[in-house]
Amino acid sequence: MKVHEYQAKEFFAHYGLPVDSPILCRTVDECVDAYHRLGSGRVVVKAQVHTGGRGKAGGVKLAASEEEVRKVASDILGMTIKGYVVDRVLVTEAVNIDKEYYVSILIDRKSKSPLMMLSRAGGMDIEQVAKETPEKIEKIVIDPLIGMADFQARAAAYKLFDDKAVVKQAIPLFKNLYRLFMEKDASLAEINPLVLTKEGQLKAIDAKMTFDNNALYRHPDVAELNEPTEDEKKELYAKSKGFSYVNLGGNIGCMVNGAGLAMATMDMIKLYGGNPANFLDIGGSSNPEKIVDAMNLLMSDQHVKVILINIFGGITRCDDVAKGLLEAFKSIKTDMPIVIRLTGTNAEEGRRLLQNSHFIVATTMADAGHKAVEAMNNL
Amino acid sequence: MSILINKDTRLIVQGITGRDGSFHAAKMKEYGTNVVGGTSPGKGGQEVDGIPVFNTVREAVEATKANTSIIFVPAPFAKDAMLEAADAGIKLIICITEGIPVVDAVIAQRYIQVKGAHLIGPNCPGLISPELSMVGIMPSNIFKKGHTGVISRSGTLTYEVVDNLTKAGMGQSTAIGVGGDPVVGLYFEDLLQMFQDDPDTDSIALIGEIGGDAEEHAAAYIKKHITKPVVAFIDGRTAPPGKQMGHAGAIISSSSGSAADKIAAFEAAGVPVAMESCEIPGLLKKLMGKA
Repeated sequence: MKVHEYQAKEFFAHYGLPVDSPILCRTVDECVDAYHRLGSGRVVVKAQVHTGGRGKAGGVKLAASEEEVRKVASDILGMTIKGYVVDRVLVTEAVNIDKEYYVSILIDRKSKSPLMMLSRAGGMDIEQVAKETPEKIEKIVIDPLIGMADFQARAAAYKLFDDKAVVKQAIPLFKNLYRLFMEKDASLAEINPLVLTKEGQLKAIDAKMTFDNNALYRHPDVAELNEPTEDEKKELYAKSKGFSYVNLGGNIGCMVNGAGLAMATMDMIKLYGGNPANFLDIGGSSNPEKIVDAMNLLMSDQHVKVILINIFGGITRCDDVAKGLLEAFKSIKTDMPIVIRLTGTNAEEGRRLLQNSHFIVATTMADAGHKAVEAMNNL
Repeated sequence: MSILINKDTRLIVQGITGRDGSFHAAKMKEYGTNVVGGTSPGKGGQEVDGIPVFNTVREAVEATKANTSIIFVPAPFAKDAMLEAADAGIKLIICITEGIPVVDAVIAQRYIQVKGAHLIGPNCPGLISPELSMVGIMPSNIFKKGHTGVISRSGTLTYEVVDNLTKAGMGQSTAIGVGGDPVVGLYFEDLLQMFQDDPDTDSIALIGEIGGDAEEHAAAYIKKHITKPVVAFIDGRTAPPGKQMGHAGAIISSSSGSAADKIAAFEAAGVPVAMESCEIPGLLKKLMGKA
C-alpha cells in the first residue's frame, strides 16, 4: 500500500528522523498562507500523488515570492501525473543543499532479509543509477534476528560521508529508519534525496514509504491512509468476497480457482489469439454463492463478451462443483457464451451433469481456451 | 528415493483442531503419511481422527519423535508457530498459511536457518513423494510415483502440470510448491540441487512466475550445476506491471520480475521453456530422448 510523501514524513518524524515541517495545502490560497507562515522566503511546492517522477512531470517547483507561489501552486494543483490528478500539495521550506544522497531499506528476496541501499548519487532515479552505474550503489544485508547493529550503521555512514560530524548524525538516522521499517511492516522506506545542507545538517527532504498489505491488520494507523484508485476499489471489493481480481481490459472473462492457474489461463487465451478481460482467482472452494458473486463481478465489466471458467477440482469433487455451477446459474441471467472446463476427481460425472445445460463444456484447459476464443470470434 | 519426505517422515500438524488442520490431517493420514501428532494450545490430551493432540510442539516432539511439521494456524500466529517448531528441533517445517506479513516470514525463515532446519512456504500447497508421504493439501489422486521432480511457485497450476505429467506416463519423485510469497524457505536453487543429488529423479519441471528474479538465478544455477534435463514454465506473461496477481510475490516492478526476462534467462541457459503447461511432458521427453 502506498502513502503520500507528507504521510511518510509524519512516520519519519515519529521515529526521530530529520524532516522539515511541511504544510499540506489543497488550494492556492492555502499555499500562499503556508508561504507566509513558513516565513523563509523560498519554498518548494510539491505535488502529492501515488507515483514517482513528480519532478520530471513538473510537479515539484521552487517559489521565492507570493506571486511565484500563486503561479506554481495553480499550475500544480489539478495537473495530472501518470494518470493521477493532483488534489493536494506540500509547501515546504527550501533548504540550502550542499550534497544529495540516496538511502533506502527494502526486503531483498534473494537474501530473504532487510537490505539497506545507499548511494552518493542522490536525487536521481535510483533504478537508472542501478542499471547504468551499479558500482555507485552500496548494499548492506541486515540480519533480522539482530537488527541493524551499530557497526553496520557506522559502516553505512562511512560509505556516504567523509566528515565525522556528519557520520555521527547519520548513525542514529539509519538505525531509526530500520526501526520504522520493521515496526510498521514497510515494504519500502526510501529517502531520495537525503541532503546535507550548507549548514552541515542531514535532512530528509523527500520520503517514500510503501507498506505490506498482509500486515495492515496490525497497523490501523497505516491502513486508514489507504486511498484506492477506481481499479483498486474493484480489486478491494473482490478481496472482500475472498477473490483476487485484476482487470486486463480484454473481452474474455476468466474465473479460475488458484492464482497460478488463473495466470496460466489468461496467458493461454492470449497465446490463442484472444484477449483476457481479467485475472480472477476465486480460491479453493467453489460453492454456488461464490460462483454467483464471481459471475456478477465478471459481468460488471462491460467489455466481457465470453466467459471461461477453469476449475481444477482438487480436493473438491467435480460433480459437486458442477452442481454448484448449475445451482448458481439458476439465479444468473445472461446470454453470454460460457465455456467450462472441470478436471479432477469425478470429472466425467461433473461434465455429464453440465452437458445438457447451455454451457460449452471443455475437456482440457487447451480445449477450453480454443473454445473460448472461437466463441468470441463467432460473436 | 525422493527428496525431503519419505517413509521416515514423522509428521505433526500444528493447528490440528482447526477446520483446515483437521481436514488435511485426516487426508494425509489416509494417504499413508505417518502423522504422529498434532498441536493446539489448550487442547492437549484430545485426539483428532485418532491422532494425539499436544499443547506444545516440544511436548509433541518428545512424545512422538516427530521430525517434520505442517502449519495450518492463522496468519497472525504463523510466525510464532514456525519459531516454536524450529525451537523444538523439528528439521522440516512446512507452512501452508497464506497472508503472513513479510517481516514475520523473514524473521521465521532466518531463525529456522540458524537452527539448521528447512522451511517450505509459507503460502504453499506443501509437498508429496508419491506413494511414500504427503505433507500438504494437494489432491493426492493425480500424483503417481515416478522420476520427475516438480518445483513450483503455485498451487493449482502445479496440479495442472502434474496431471499432464501423470497422463503422459511421467510419474513424480517429489513435487513441491515453494510458496507464492516474496520471501519463502527452500527455493529453486536448493531444490534443484536436491533433485540433482537424488538418484531416483531423472528430470525436473520448474514452474516459475512473474515477480522477483529467482528464475534468473535458477537459470544460471542450472547451467552451472544441473546435468539432469530441466524444462521451465513461466506463469503470468500477460500480467500488467505493478499489479499483484493473487500471490503476494507475483508482481512485476519497474526494475525486475517480468516473464520476458525470466524466459530469456532460461533460454540463454539452454533450458527449454514451455509456452503452455501442457507442453511440459513433451519437452521433457524430447530432452530425455524418449519422444
